[in-house]
Amino acid sequence: MSIIPDTHPVVAMIERIIGNPLVILGGIAAALVAPVVVLAILLQFAWFKALLASQMGLSLIFAALTVFILLHLAGLGTLAERKIASWMQDRIGPNRVGFWGILQPLADGGKFILKEDITPDHVDKPSFILAPFLAFTVAFITFAVIPWAGYVKWPWMPADAAPLHTAVANVDIGLLYMIAVGSMSVYGVVLGGWASNNKYSFYGGMRSTAQMLSYEVPLGLGLLIVFLSSGSLSGNKIIDDQINGVGGFAIWNIFMHPIAFILVLVAAFAETNRTPFDLAEAEQELVGGYHTEYSSMKLAVFLLSEYVHMAVNGALIMLLFFGGWGLLPFINGPLTVDNHSWWAMLAKYGIIWGKISAMILFYIAIRWTIPRYRYDQLMRIAWKGLIPAGVAMLFIQAVLVAFNLHTHKHWYVSLGVNLVVLAFILAMLGRSKNPVTGRQENMPHIQVVPA
Amino acid sequence: MQVPVTGDFTPIALLILGVIALAGVIALATHLIGPQRSGDTKMATYESGMEPIGDARRRFNVRFYLVAVLFIVFDVELIFLYPWATVAGSYHEAKAANAAWANELAATGHTPLYLLGVIMVFFVLLLVGFIYEWQKGIFKWD
Repeated sequence: MSIIPDTHPVVAMIERIIGNPLVILGGIAAALVAPVVVLAILLQFAWFKALLASQMGLSLIFAALTVFILLHLAGLGTLAERKIASWMQDRIGPNRVGFWGILQPLADGGKFILKEDITPDHVDKPSFILAPFLAFTVAFITFAVIPWAGYVKWPWMPADAAPLHTAVANVDIGLLYMIAVGSMSVYGVVLGGWASNNKYSFYGGMRSTAQMLSYEVPLGLGLLIVFLSSGSLSGNKIIDDQINGVGGFAIWNIFMHPIAFILVLVAAFAETNRTPFDLAEAEQELVGGYHTEYSSMKLAVFLLSEYVHMAVNGALIMLLFFGGWGLLPFINGPLTVDNHSWWAMLAKYGIIWGKISAMILFYIAIRWTIPRYRYDQLMRIAWKGLIPAGVAMLFIQAVLVAFNLHTHKHWYVSLGVNLVVLAFILAMLGRSKNPVTGRQENMPHIQVVPA
Repeated sequence: MQVPVTGDFTPIALLILGVIALAGVIALATHLIGPQRSGDTKMATYESGMEPIGDARRRFNVRFYLVAVLFIVFDVELIFLYPWATVAGSYHEAKAANAAWANELAATGHTPLYLLGVIMVFFVLLLVGFIYEWQKGIFKWD
């Protein structure tokens, strides 16, 4: 007699069906073909064509599409995270739900919904309920100014019509909107931590707030350097400069402003509370951090908004430093800025999501590579490392701007200055007795006495 | 080819409304679906299984306040830099294209070097404050 109870025949049958690779692959293929069929049918109607050809309609379609993709990317992200973790730690990882564990996100989502939604007695009820949904809302509106796929002009539009942009809103403040809304993600975390009335949550919330605020400054400095070199806050202009070039030379910003890239990258890790900066939810110290008291979908919403922030920050980094929807540095093939055809738009959209996925994989790989920083190290990296470096680079960039040496035409000037500063920083780090990430002099020296 | 930017925030407003509606649906779903079984222990503060000692409304390190104050100062300074970045960064290009605003700036003596001088004064003020804070030991966490 086995001590494992017999599986119910219906459950066993479902397990057999979803465990079959052909079923899963067929399902994925159907999910990919279905939208194309639906689109082909919808395109037979004149009203749908008119909707696509109006700027407001296209903007709203892109908004809905992006929210849809972000929701699914978050689910796939959790699966990728667990699979890569198991691969890097020589484990198997999730492999029970569906073929190769591919339906794991679906099972996780179902379980989250079916769990009890606990609101403990001691919490501050309105803020406790508001906090996760505030984080959720902020995470899903940050992407509104990202130009996803350049411009598009449908074949049925009149020849003299202006092409449509593919951002949700092509507003004059441009990427400043992202900074403004992105900073608001602090509110969800600090409100959740405070409202929980739990010491773990409270300290997690405090830590997270101070961390996000500190890394907001290097992020702003890094963005400012790129804005200065493009002379615009518009995402379209920044991508145009990298793809079309200024004065006949096109180069990705990563090759012009490597230090600004490092600032923005580190700040993006800290802003999303990812390792090595996941102090807010350091399991060994604070259990779950600010979401210790949360359960059910409220917890899921917190985790979801973290993933969405990762994706949106990835999109921002790709836009600023890796040429947005550009294919490869210096090589774009037919996907130029001036190609307004619908297939180029689809290809550009695919490329930018591919780049964002690569960025998310990079986040995950870093998580299992670099251990967590201590809190004083975290603060020193921001205030004594990144901010002085950012201010120095901004200072140099201001001088270059005054002499018109900041555009992509004079890319070698920016690159040369960056390399000199980088060499200087590395030399300083090598000579320093108290490196940014090291011990502080006033810490007690711990002597290990053998027993 | 550049599509001119607008001041039209309507799509963003609609996006915000849509996302709030989605959040509302999730909040309602999680409230309706799932069991509701409460108990004294379940509703208590989680402190790793210990009897909770007091609540979390207690004093915390003053450094968190200091970071918040510093952030306000630095972020406001950064906000002041954005207009300068867009004007100074596109000045030469606009001058070459004979844009009206660039010509007007040049005619009133606001040359790139003048802009550089102004922003350098701003940088020095920022730097003095930063060095003072560093020497005061505000960035020292131990």
